[in-house]
Amino acid sequence: MAEAQAAATGGTAAMDRGRTWVVLYLATTGVVILLMMVFGLLMRLAQSEWIVLDPAVFYQLLTVHGIGMVGIAALGGIAILWHFLSAHVPLRSAALAINLVLFLVGVVMILWAVFIGGFAPAWTFLYPLPAISGGVWEPWAGVLDLTGVLLIGVGFLILCLEMGRAIVASQGGLGRGLGWHVLFGGSTDKPPAPTVVAGTMVVIVTTLALVAGATIVVMTILNLLFPSLAIDPLFAKNMIYFFGHVFINATIYMGVAAVYELLPRITGRPWKASRVFLGAWTLSTTMVLIIFPHHLLMDFAMPRWTMVLGQVLSYVNSFPVLAVTGLGALAIVHRSGIRWDLVSTLLLIAMFGWMAGVIPAVVDATVSVNYVMHNTLWVPGHFHFYLLLGLLPMIFAFMIHLARDEDVTARGGDLTAILYLLFGLGFVAMFLMGGWASVPRRWAVHMPEWLVWDRIATVMAAGVIVLAGVFVAIFLARIPRLLRHG
Amino acid sequence: MTVQTLSLLVSLAAIVALAAVFLRVRALSHTPVDYPPLLARAYRLGRIALWTMVVVGLPVTVWLLRYMPHTTAAAVADPQVVNVSSTQWFWEFDRESVEASKPVEFHVTSTDVNHGFGLYDPSGRMVAQVQAMPGYINVMTHTFEAAGDYRVLCLEYCGLAHHAMESVITVTAAGGSNG
Ligand code: HEM
Ligand SMILES: [Cu+2]
Ligand SMILES: [Cu+2]
Repeated sequence: MAEAQAAATGGTAAMDRGRTWVVLYLATTGVVILLMMVFGLLMRLAQSEWIVLDPAVFYQLLTVHGIGMVGIAALGGIAILWHFLSAHVPLRSAALAINLVLFLVGVVMILWAVFIGGFAPAWTFLYPLPAISGGVWEPWAGVLDLTGVLLIGVGFLILCLEMGRAIVASQGGLGRGLGWHVLFGGSTDKPPAPTVVAGTMVVIVTTLALVAGATIVVMTILNLLFPSLAIDPLFAKNMIYFFGHVFINATIYMGVAAVYELLPRITGRPWKASRVFLGAWTLSTTMVLIIFPHHLLMDFAMPRWTMVLGQVLSYVNSFPVLAVTGLGALAIVHRSGIRWDLVSTLLLIAMFGWMAGVIPAVVDATVSVNYVMHNTLWVPGHFHFYLLLGLLPMIFAFMIHLARDEDVTARGGDLTAILYLLFGLGFVAMFLMGGWASVPRRWAVHMPEWLVWDRIATVMAAGVIVLAGVFVAIFLARIPRLLRHG
Repeated sequence: MTVQTLSLLVSLAAIVALAAVFLRVRALSHTPVDYPPLLARAYRLGRIALWTMVVVGLPVTVWLLRYMPHTTAAAVADPQVVNVSSTQWFWEFDRESVEASKPVEFHVTSTDVNHGFGLYDPSGRMVAQVQAMPGYINVMTHTFEAAGDYRVLCLEYCGLAHHAMESVITVTAAGGSNG
């Protein structure tokens, strides 16, 4: 049935209203990514001592870059997921509209709080830093910022609930969306399409993350307004890292829909949800929810079993990515007669970046390694790897795909993708080298012996920005046409 | 070899191996073959990869759990105790000098926000860390291998002067007068 529907809407998908919103989402995503990248470059320039930044401004940029990139990763990821999911299950695009409005209002509040109010507790706002700034910002700035974050969270929650509703209505339940009737029930019914499986997983984990996130944000706002309402700092840390870990990880599970949908179209080989595939996604769904204690390995007040789980399950969590999704993507292009172009190369890079980015994370989730690497630049090294070279190439590939009117005939341009990969690799490698050299993360001022890594990273970052600019420009230039036809 | 260097080399080796697979697939992708047999082979490879990760990797990660900095805390008899308190943006210790080769128990807390107690050896390499959190005392046991001035840097973002929150702990040679 899903196939029939997909076939029916495939040709006319270009005409529905959801598509206009998807285009607006991507336009916002492209512009914000470039702006946040420039903020990142400013931080790297300051650490390189090539420009002078007041530390207060550095930490404001750090806060905005962190929350801005996380938010925009989700906005871009949702655009991809929504576009492909709506061909399998009927979605109401009003949810997209509401979310975008809440998002933009939230962004204005955050920018105001940070750049005018001076609020800079990093995107993780670990309690009680929002309330205790050493006189740098006032409580109102914190309330304004966190209310903005809350609005954005509510917007994404609405989107998740709408996707969840649509999956339940069309598949007969979230369990069936994950293909449990095939995986456990031995049913001979058709398994759900890979995109539906990914969508179901995203709905489940993102909803839980957002509920936890909203809870701790509201508690922190209340604490700012009524300081006598104290929170247990260790509880707050658990809530924040549960939210943060799950939410940022969910973005790549949104984006991977582009790989599942586009590689089959490009190669003419189907991507079917086998039982192994379904098992891998169910494993990912549980793992992503329970491995967050690997962020708290250096909190010795945590019960010891959480450390053991944090370490062992972080390793197990890499199985589905490395052995199933990655392998599936490699198999589909292997000896397929594909003619590489910009879109397919970006998708291949995305799979590489995701898989490779997992590796330093697994290493660092080992307690004895974490003991000397936690909160060094190794950590940004890991997550920039899978976000800059995993998620972003998915988003760029999808932008170019739309700009090419969803026509998958090879049209060249893969050189720019390869250059993006090379600059990106250089950039993340310098974070990893910083981690090797014990450079602490989130330091506005670096020591002279670290400058060599900082300076190479700065040059590489400039290259990344130019190439990202090219991808975004290709898309933006097509927008008038895309909207006229939408 | 330091833990840092080992981590870097292991990660690098794995990433390079993965890159090699991708490059090979890309190089061979131009000549088409039939998909179903190829897919069957991929599944077989996937199973091998998965079982290798289970049979080789899982015991390794479980074995690595031996090195838990927290487990040593209770096991030490007669340690040198240092009480560490952190406050935006300075460190306070109740003793500034300890002896090498004898376990030191750091009792680490904070009077305001989260900080990170990071110990750096004289060459600038981190040798140990633990979070400093208000309302909690985290106990970390560390045995210094060599004498020298060990820098304490802040490893959890704590506001405006996070990067300037530094101090020093002096480690004297074993058997010295500071024990
Ligand atoms: C040219 C591209 C980029 C540059 C130059 C850049 C630069 C930076 C820098 C300098 C930091 C602070 C590192 C430190 O702790 O000292 C940082 C942190 C961060 N970046 Fe990026 N970045 C880039 C792309 C991205 C992308 C694409 C994402 C996500 C989609 C991202 C997400 C983050 C996050 C979440 C943090 C952590 C903020 C915190 O520590 O609170 N960045 N980035
Ligand atoms: Cu501090
Ligand atoms: Cu600090």
